[in-house]
Amino acid sequence: MNNRNRRLDVVLALGAAAMLLLPWYRIEQGFYSFTWLSDFPGKPAAAPGFLQIFLNGRVWLIAVLLAYGLALAARFIVDPMRRGKMLALAGGFGVALLALQGLAIGATGFTWTISETVFGPLADGQPSMGAGAVLTAICFVLMFAFGLAEQGVMRGDAFVVATISMLVFLVAVFVFYPIGSMFIGAFQDFDGSVSFDGFSRNIVDPSIWSLDCVLGGARCGVAWRTLFLAIMTAAGSTALGLAFALVATRTRFPFKKGLRLLTILPIITPPFVIGLALTLLFGRAGIVTQGLSTTFGIEPSRWLYGLTGIWIAQVLSFTPISFLVLIGVVEGVSPSMEEASQTLRADRWRTFWRVSLPLMKPGLANAFLIGFIESMADFGNPLVLGGSHGVLSTEIFFAVVGSQNDPARAAVLAMILLGFTLSAFLSQRIWLSGKNFATVTGKGDSGAHIALPRPLSIGVHAVVIPWMIFTLVVYGMILFGGFVKTWGLDNSLTLAHYAKAFSITFRDRSLVWTGVAWNSFWTTMEIALIAAPLTAIVGLATAYVIIRQKFAGRELFEFALMMSFAIPGTVIGISYIMAFNLPPLEMTGTAVILIACFVFRNMPVGVRGGIAAMSQLDKSLDEASMTLRATSFRTARKVILPLLRPAITAALVYSFVRAITSISAVVFLVSAQYNMATSYIVGLVENGEYGVAIAYSSMLIVVMITVITGFQLLVGERRLRRENRISASRVRLPTAQAKEKTA
Amino acid sequence: MSKNAGSVTFQNVRKSFGSFTAIHDLSLTVQPGTLVTLLGPSGCGKTTTLRMLAGLEHPTSGRILIGGKDVTMLPANERDVSMVFQSYALFPHMNSLDNVAYGLESTGLSKKDARQKAEHGLELVGLAGMGGRLPAELSGGQQQRVAVARALVLEPQVLLLDEPLSNLDARLRRRVRTEIRELQQRLQFTAVYVTHDQDEALAVSDQIIVMKDGEIAQQGSPRELYEAPASPFIADFIGEANVVPCEIIDISGNEATISIGGLQHVVPARGARTGKSQLAVRPSAITLEPAETAAFPGRISHAAYLGDHIEYEAETSGGTLFIVDPSVDRPLAPGTRVAIGLKNRGIAIIAQ
Repeated sequence: MNNRNRRLDVVLALGAAAMLLLPWYRIEQGFYSFTWLSDFPGKPAAAPGFLQIFLNGRVWLIAVLLAYGLALAARFIVDPMRRGKMLALAGGFGVALLALQGLAIGATGFTWTISETVFGPLADGQPSMGAGAVLTAICFVLMFAFGLAEQGVMRGDAFVVATISMLVFLVAVFVFYPIGSMFIGAFQDFDGSVSFDGFSRNIVDPSIWSLDCVLGGARCGVAWRTLFLAIMTAAGSTALGLAFALVATRTRFPFKKGLRLLTILPIITPPFVIGLALTLLFGRAGIVTQGLSTTFGIEPSRWLYGLTGIWIAQVLSFTPISFLVLIGVVEGVSPSMEEASQTLRADRWRTFWRVSLPLMKPGLANAFLIGFIESMADFGNPLVLGGSHGVLSTEIFFAVVGSQNDPARAAVLAMILLGFTLSAFLSQRIWLSGKNFATVTGKGDSGAHIALPRPLSIGVHAVVIPWMIFTLVVYGMILFGGFVKTWGLDNSLTLAHYAKAFSITFRDRSLVWTGVAWNSFWTTMEIALIAAPLTAIVGLATAYVIIRQKFAGRELFEFALMMSFAIPGTVIGISYIMAFNLPPLEMTGTAVILIACFVFRNMPVGVRGGIAAMSQLDKSLDEASMTLRATSFRTARKVILPLLRPAITAALVYSFVRAITSISAVVFLVSAQYNMATSYIVGLVENGEYGVAIAYSSMLIVVMITVITGFQLLVGERRLRRENRISASRVRLPTAQAKEKTA
Repeated sequence: MSKNAGSVTFQNVRKSFGSFTAIHDLSLTVQPGTLVTLLGPSGCGKTTTLRMLAGLEHPTSGRILIGGKDVTMLPANERDVSMVFQSYALFPHMNSLDNVAYGLESTGLSKKDARQKAEHGLELVGLAGMGGRLPAELSGGQQQRVAVARALVLEPQVLLLDEPLSNLDARLRRRVRTEIRELQQRLQFTAVYVTHDQDEALAVSDQIIVMKDGEIAQQGSPRELYEAPASPFIADFIGEANVVPCEIIDISGNEATISIGGLQHVVPARGARTGKSQLAVRPSAITLEPAETAAFPGRISHAAYLGDHIEYEAETSGGTLFIVDPSVDRPLAPGTRVAIGLKNRGIAIIAQ
């Protein structure tokens, strides 16, 4: 009971501080500028919540005060069940009230007509929530969690209930609220009034849905073009990925190490770089185009700019990802299955077609899905190569930033895009639900994979080797392109692009970052460094909750999280500006919105990594710690985290790198003050400054390779010590036995 | 540590996982300072019972008391019990001393005191000076002893042991079980011990609770269970037995005369009444004589030579009997007709 009182007292004190000592509403100049201190607490802009009620007529905040009062009263109830119930009620009530008043009362008064008719018009609205309001909301979530824990939910474990509640709260605010706002945005006019005009005009727009190309007309609508491109890209990258995986595992190919290196390329390559390199090769001024034109007199054409070019760039970009997925799948087919097939008089060919390939089907479907979603979400390559043939993601972008400035259209397009990716995701889920051919079992599987049938082996080599060379050439172009003066016109070597981007001068005996890139470079580094640990924390906490805790709605929670993987970055971007541009939460133009975007975009990967690592830790370790009087917080800190170190490193590296390379969501969210490297490069490309753009991109790649190698060295060092751990894990039960025991 | 020994009481405990009910309606009591074994085949609910006692599962209904205090809703880390896991669950990244000190530090002891007590705990299980080793650098038996020390240094009211010997080889298992029993007798703590191995249960327990399908099948001292099984299941589970239908033809005092086929025999009555009944016959309580005709005839269907004894299977009117015969010098070939006889010990009427 003591412990319970202590944690509750801390939260109650925090809540009181939030309402008395912090400015309730958002400070224009930013909270950390501390300019509000001079206005505090008297002026309306900086007044705390408590004073807002009485001095500034924000009477609706009394409800929040009442919820807090209820929690305070619960503190002194002795009966744990009643106390828990009241606390949970107060917390849940408080969060709901905060959300409701924030949504209902905007900057100028009621946002909803229904509330205006009921309560009458408001004289004054309210700005968006600030430090006080946010901290109060967090306190209410914690009270809710403590209340549930005291009623015995989750075996009375407050840490676990609080973690789950906070995660649900965060996911609701940063994933579901924006998506919901986007849907509402589709039905709104500029002034915020409800109108179905924009929606109905756009949803039937022939430029989206036209099927002219099938009927012999000029071209199809953008929705069909995007779908067609995504299917082609997914098919292409899956087929190539499978070929690579087969070469890497089933043949005596001499450069297997090199193949594996391919898998890290997509992670460190900013998404539009491939498109850039392709223009340097095949564009009108590209090397190949020029060469063909001078030697064979072939007229340079613009064939690259359009779906074909995007398709090549996307297959180049996503083949490594599909390779990464499929190599595990191909290795996962148990050799004993293939050996069994051979002892049953099947030759290699029959074995491959009738046993190995069918067993790989779910993996192939997975690779296809990833290619499909990545292609749909891809923004950089279509922007560089699309020309006038846009796809959905670029159309969304131009609907917002271009001359059209039609948020309703952007929202409709985003909904279509989301519809495509989510239906692909759901249909794959349904298709896979009956087919789980997990052939990797806990038992050691001896035996070797059989070699490929000879014709197939020759075939995959014939595909893989040219493609590898092509990839090398493309990446070579990226490194080389930064040193050429003006591509195609003046091919003399120069350092001017690097100098322009990254020059440093000494002036007045101090260092001055004079290069144009430094500003966005340091912002990127700063934001990536802040986002990476947050992503790792949120991702691993989620994995911990999913793997280690059983609670009502856990599967729904997991599904919703995995679904957020299927939300394209462009959709996230557009939904973030729609949600966070106006009260109750206003974050556009700040670093916070970028960080939040990165954390919740990259979290699914952290979650999957965490799940994989955590399911290898025997659950009895947690239980042993619990029976040794440790709280689950202590268990997480002392037992689970130290054992998860490699997974943590991986999550950190991944989210750091992704924060640097991602573009699709970022272009919507950057501001003059917080510009990111990728969107700055896109700006360079749009201005035709290819040289500087490429120099900057290669610089980014070099920086990320340095970071990854640095981290890898750390992990490698740990692996030596992990040898102990692996042999220690021999003590663990065989999984089957463990399952039987918990049953 | 003896002054801390607590009792354990389950009152009408029920535990369901979704639609599956693991424990139906369990009530039991463990006296302070005794070692009680939960014994049963896998899936009988014994581990679930232990986990509920530890606080790792919470019962669907009913009450659990430890040392007379209701702990039903208390989380694991607030209960005064500690547990030795089947897998030992030693933290692989901490050395043995840190493993043993972990629980002490969780309770708020200073690092120095915790280490001192942990050293003492390691000494208690005969691992003095091994504190610096990582679990991976210890043998299976040593790891097991670290796990016991880790649980014991907390001086819990009840020590829980979940199949603590199942990861040891047969020879070590015998030695370690003796050590655990000696430690328990010396320190007089209460222990609840889960196992599926009836030998182990017979060797270490003051009381055995045999569980089947989430319910208690029978409880009692090892001798009671062996000599007076309450059901064919117990008879066969505690030290293997042939269950043979018989007829009790006469009761006089403490003795009952039974008849199987034409064979008559006198066994302890234990409150049985005349009429049809069942007999638990231990494999070593049967004698075999080659004979063409007999009161209770049989025919050898299978024989296996195992060094110090021969195992036979014989077809009889009472079903197939399993027999362990120590007279290895006179093997009987399959097909031999035999007269089946009974010895005086190892035969019990199964209470109906």
